[in-house]
Amino acid sequence: MESLIGLLLAPPLLGAAVLLLGGRRLDRVGHWIGTALAATSFAVAVVLFADLLGRDAGDRTLTQHLYSWIPVGGFQADIAFRLDQLSMTFVLLITSVGTLIHLYSVGYMEHDERRRRFFGYLNLFLAAMLLLVLADNYLLLYVGWEGVGLASFLLIGFWQHKPSAATAAKKAFVVNRVGDIGLAIAILVMFTTFGTFAFGEVLPAAAEGGATETTMTLIGLMLLLAACGKSAQVPLQSWLGDAMEGPTPVSALIHAATMVTAGVYLIVRSGAIFEAAPDAQTAVIVVGAVTLIFGAIVGCAKDDIKKALAGSTMSQIGYMMLAAGLGPIGFVFAIMHLVTHGFFKAGLFLGAGSVMHGMNDEVDMRRYGGLRRYMPVTFVTFGLGYLAIIGFPYLSGFFSKDEIIYAAFGRGGAQGWILGGVTLLGAGLTAYYMTRIMILTFFGEKRWQPDAAGNEPHPHESPRTMTIPMIVLAVGSVFAGFLFNLNHAFVDWLSPVTGIAEGDSPVSHLTVSIAATTVMLIGVAIAWLQYGRRPVPDHAPTGRWVTRAARRDLLQDDFNHAAFVLPGNYLTRGLVYVDHKLVDGVVNGTAAAFGGLSGRLRRVQNGYARSYAVSMFGGAALLIAVTLLMRAV
Amino acid sequence: MSPENYLHLAALLFTIGACGVLVRRNAIVVFMCVELMLNAGNLALVAFSRMHGNLDGQIMAFFVMVVAAAEVVVGLAIIVMLYRSRHSASVDDASLMKL
Repeated sequence: MESLIGLLLAPPLLGAAVLLLGGRRLDRVGHWIGTALAATSFAVAVVLFADLLGRDAGDRTLTQHLYSWIPVGGFQADIAFRLDQLSMTFVLLITSVGTLIHLYSVGYMEHDERRRRFFGYLNLFLAAMLLLVLADNYLLLYVGWEGVGLASFLLIGFWQHKPSAATAAKKAFVVNRVGDIGLAIAILVMFTTFGTFAFGEVLPAAAEGGATETTMTLIGLMLLLAACGKSAQVPLQSWLGDAMEGPTPVSALIHAATMVTAGVYLIVRSGAIFEAAPDAQTAVIVVGAVTLIFGAIVGCAKDDIKKALAGSTMSQIGYMMLAAGLGPIGFVFAIMHLVTHGFFKAGLFLGAGSVMHGMNDEVDMRRYGGLRRYMPVTFVTFGLGYLAIIGFPYLSGFFSKDEIIYAAFGRGGAQGWILGGVTLLGAGLTAYYMTRIMILTFFGEKRWQPDAAGNEPHPHESPRTMTIPMIVLAVGSVFAGFLFNLNHAFVDWLSPVTGIAEGDSPVSHLTVSIAATTVMLIGVAIAWLQYGRRPVPDHAPTGRWVTRAARRDLLQDDFNHAAFVLPGNYLTRGLVYVDHKLVDGVVNGTAAAFGGLSGRLRRVQNGYARSYAVSMFGGAALLIAVTLLMRAV
Repeated sequence: MSPENYLHLAALLFTIGACGVLVRRNAIVVFMCVELMLNAGNLALVAFSRMHGNLDGQIMAFFVMVVAAAEVVVGLAIIVMLYRSRHSASVDDASLMKL
């Protein structure tokens, strides 16, 4: 069975190579090749999953050592895979959602003449993401980490003829680079401290206190920085909204369901390190809590359906980060929310893509309205995803989110109350902004208008390749949480890897559920009062300062501009000034001085033999005079 | 007569020669002045030889004479060639060696 692990990675890698190198002759079948290879990967994943289920809980870690990548003295970097319950969960999520989104893209990208290349990139992403979660050491994880960053860059900028897409891709790449430096530093410190990168050696050593708490805190904070970059958490969140410039399937797969959750994977995988560094753990919680509210506020104000969903993604990943920061109380639930979120958020994005597909790529929700009559399948699947994300009782979001809220209370003491309050507030905001999206898009009067060229959109249901993935994901959104909670199946499955702890919650499970549901209903009610009861203006009202700030992503770009871009500009301008005036001044001055001096000296060379004779006599006289003088002294 | 007087004479002759080299334009005269300087040197060498009571200075003077003879041969040839090509024996007319 071990040898099958490599086979998980091989199909998408092969697909990427074939599709990207194959050239135009593959244009007609390229998309089906890509989809089939993703499905192959999923089939292998299912086989491996069945095999793991057949084993004892303690015996569910498979490893495969492919070859020694860089064996130099004490430095040992291996290409080796580790498949345990945690990576298996990710592999199943990545390959299943990935396959569905490949299928969806067949329809969505139908009119794009570069569809083959698109599928090549998607396959490249799948391969890199699988490498990331299957790696058995941090260095190989880093390879996958960079790979998904590259795929994300290529796919955000897929429509590179649009300057906005090209800029967004660059922005995502640059912001991610900041996080990647964190990961690189963490790995370097890890190697100098423990002399190895392997999970199997670093994590036990960290758990046994193999390093000082300062070192562990440093590693933890650097890992957190990496996670912030990849998962769009405050303060490195600014790229996610712009990343929506990419094709919608990309937003669904990479910027909602899988890649952006890599940060959560990293934190949960490195759980032992964070357990040994309480300060870093607190930082994770703070980042999660801040992003949770930040993303939700942004999501409330955006009129662009994809950007509103992107705000929601940030917010939901904030939940996961918060749970991951809680330690063993929250690890399992962070991953559970990650999986359920993968389903419903991918479904929501695919729904948004389907709406855009039928509306001539209009993204402004104020130009939608009343679409439920025109797109029944999209409406129902989007609606189920909506109910799942707001935590409607007995849908998947309800289980995973309530567990996180309960775990937040389980932190204990004042912190527990604060975190519990924040997560509950987040639940209310989630209900508000999702209801807003729902009402603006599918209810009310139709508000669309002819575009600049005079083409009126004719909303229609999308082709079957697009609706089938939406239906499957909607089914997943409805039942996943329930299945996971059946006999604590998910907790029992994952806890041998991540550990589990009972928090010290001052409130009971039931109270949390009731509170969360109440807050959710309040959020829905407010949104309905604002958008459902009265007609929606087709131009956004100016709004109060907080709305305006939220529309500008809570001034994240203005902040980055003021905090980094301007000082950077001033610094370079200063350096250029110093370079011009001081460095160039010294160099040019020296040259000019020597030039002038030699100009003078040149006049001595006048060609007259007698003048040379004078200098000879003069020189000789000088020498003699000096000699005599020295002797006299 | 004190040998120092010979040294004074030698210095005087040398100075006259040097001044001649510096101020005269005719190559032949300049050449003669160079000879004068060389022979002033010879006179000084012989005088020193006398003062110290050995023959080192006189031997040195012979060397100088030999070198001077050789120099005369080469130098006069150059002057003759110069005169043939430029129709002038002035050292200032031959001022091509400059930047």
